[in-house]
Amino acid sequence: MQNPSVDTHLLPADTLGTAPLLAVDNLHVEFATRQGVARAVNGVSYALNAGETLAVLGESGSGKSVTAQAIMGILDMPPARIPKGEIRFRGTDLLKLSENARTQIRGQQIAMVFQDALSALNPVFTVGWQIAEMFRVHRGMGKKAAYAKAIELMDRVRIPAARQRVHDYPHQFSGGMRQRIMIAMSIALDPDVLIADEPTTALDVTVQAQIMELLAELQRESNMAMILITHDLGVVADVADKIAVMYGGRIVENAPVHDVYKTPAHPYTKGLLESIPRVDQKGQDLYAIKGLPPNLLDMPTGCAFNPRCPYRQDNCVTDVPPLHEISGTRSSACHYWREVLDGVEG
Amino acid sequence: MASKGEPVLEVRDLVKHFPLTQGIVVKRQVGAIKAVDGVSFDLHRGETLGIVGESGCGKSTLAKLLMALETPTSGTVRVAGKDLANAKGADLKRIRRNIQMVMQDPYTSLNPRMTVGDIVGEPFEIHSEVAPKGDRRKKVQELLDVVGLNPDHINRYPHQFSGGQRQRIGIARGLALQPEVIVCDEPVSALDVSIQAQVINLLERLQNEFDLAYIFIAHDLSVVRHISDRVAVMYLGKIVEIGRDTEIYDRPTHPYTQALLSAVPVPDPEGRENRERIILQGDPPSPANPPSGCRFRTRCWKAQEICAEEEPLLQIRPGADHPSACHFAEVHDVVHAS
Repeated sequence: MQNPSVDTHLLPADTLGTAPLLAVDNLHVEFATRQGVARAVNGVSYALNAGETLAVLGESGSGKSVTAQAIMGILDMPPARIPKGEIRFRGTDLLKLSENARTQIRGQQIAMVFQDALSALNPVFTVGWQIAEMFRVHRGMGKKAAYAKAIELMDRVRIPAARQRVHDYPHQFSGGMRQRIMIAMSIALDPDVLIADEPTTALDVTVQAQIMELLAELQRESNMAMILITHDLGVVADVADKIAVMYGGRIVENAPVHDVYKTPAHPYTKGLLESIPRVDQKGQDLYAIKGLPPNLLDMPTGCAFNPRCPYRQDNCVTDVPPLHEISGTRSSACHYWREVLDGVEG
Repeated sequence: MASKGEPVLEVRDLVKHFPLTQGIVVKRQVGAIKAVDGVSFDLHRGETLGIVGESGCGKSTLAKLLMALETPTSGTVRVAGKDLANAKGADLKRIRRNIQMVMQDPYTSLNPRMTVGDIVGEPFEIHSEVAPKGDRRKKVQELLDVVGLNPDHINRYPHQFSGGQRQRIGIARGLALQPEVIVCDEPVSALDVSIQAQVINLLERLQNEFDLAYIFIAHDLSVVRHISDRVAVMYLGKIVEIGRDTEIYDRPTHPYTQALLSAVPVPDPEGRENRERIILQGDPPSPANPPSGCRFRTRCWKAQEICAEEEPLLQIRPGADHPSACHFAEVHDVVHAS
């Protein structure tokens, strides 16, 4: 790697000798804008095995959705550009495939659920038509058979009276039901990897609980791997096996879920966890990470988090911290991860 | 916080029905969306009342009614003893000074063509008695300082600020007329997680400094718990349970409150396999045609015949210490039980 800041650290599945189902390796994505080049993703690596749930946690602009769109191959290029990196699915680098070959993978092997189901669904076609399209296009089924499949899927995601509702349009469904239809479309062809980009952010908590339960169930049934992109620490704690925390286009912490919540190893993760209101803090100030998220056009030198970091030392401003390996399963991109782990304030 | 003395905000049997009409030339009313349907509560100085509920439960209509942006179908809103709902003209203007609002979306609630100084100073144009003309600029700068913005940025435009800073501008505008009550409608939900805590802290500091009373509408239950003295849970236009924060969160008695609390993901993976989860089936019914009797009965696991026939009143039930609108109210600590 030419970039010394990026450690091509891989997760244990790889070190055990079995290649992971999906591996993102040192991925860079940049956007040409009128103000200059926005480096949205700066060397992201993560890996995923069958049946596993990886939560990608980060706030807006951290690059979590752009990474997912790069995996799906749905980035608009230009303005987007992938200057380097690999996305290996079952060992093949997706970025080297032809557009035709990628279309074969997209939807069939890697599928995606979007945040806003209303704008992701086509308003002028019935939901049945849109689900059936998956079977017509990818499986070459006839109209009748495809509709029958669509009804079956709507049943599977528990839409009541699927047979009657198959001819309804997206606007006739509630937000939760629309998200179920999105999920039905994404699991239609039994994908190996499901990418869920903030699947419940637009929904109420009671509906969120229904959708997360549905996803977990579908995952159990088919041993699907799932990438859950979210900013909600609560949702992550509920479903994830492992977490990749992103900040400023980089993974800052990579760990099994229990470790992150018990002993965060990066000051950003630690700050996020501490800013959650807890019962015993009532009447006191919440812990707040000071400052603002970085501007992608004008990233701070060194560690992107350094202007907001309580552990900052001189070398944080000059040297980009590599992803230090803490144990076989954990890593943190902080020069002072030992101090953060021990809870010593910098 | 002490709830003593006269309440600054008294809401009694507040109702707002939006008519549903049919026909183009001759409009006939064929029904009504019962957005807010008989809501009553008091709010005292320096107190925060949190209002939680799913979308469509009437939280935001309630906020608009409190601000006199909508005329209620019936019921009264009294701000510092004066009736807001039926006031007109100069009276209305005077009462409105006492109740201000912070909006949800800091991107659309600030006019992009006005400078920050104009936005924060605009309330003074309407209520010129608060700040005499020559004094206004200084006043605006003071306000910017109070909410933690640089007073020198008075001539900048909203797009030059980040989301969190814009929300501070919105808060400064709400504070300009020195109101006694501020209605915060989802003030942090549009902000990044790391910025939310900053704004919550600011709201709390301002409350202590100016003895403000807040109506805090939000869907994030942990934030509501942190900031609220009392919490009201709304379902389909009605308050189904109201009480002090500990009463609602630790000893909820209404099944809807219990389901709502259990649906909130806990940010701690420890013991997640054994956590109790009440998953409600379906979506809330339409407020145009709410179920008879108890409105929650169609999704409730405790529902019996009486629930369809008789509407449960919001009152203190045996074995509970705060009002709940359920025939079978029963304390059940969903968050800590596992």
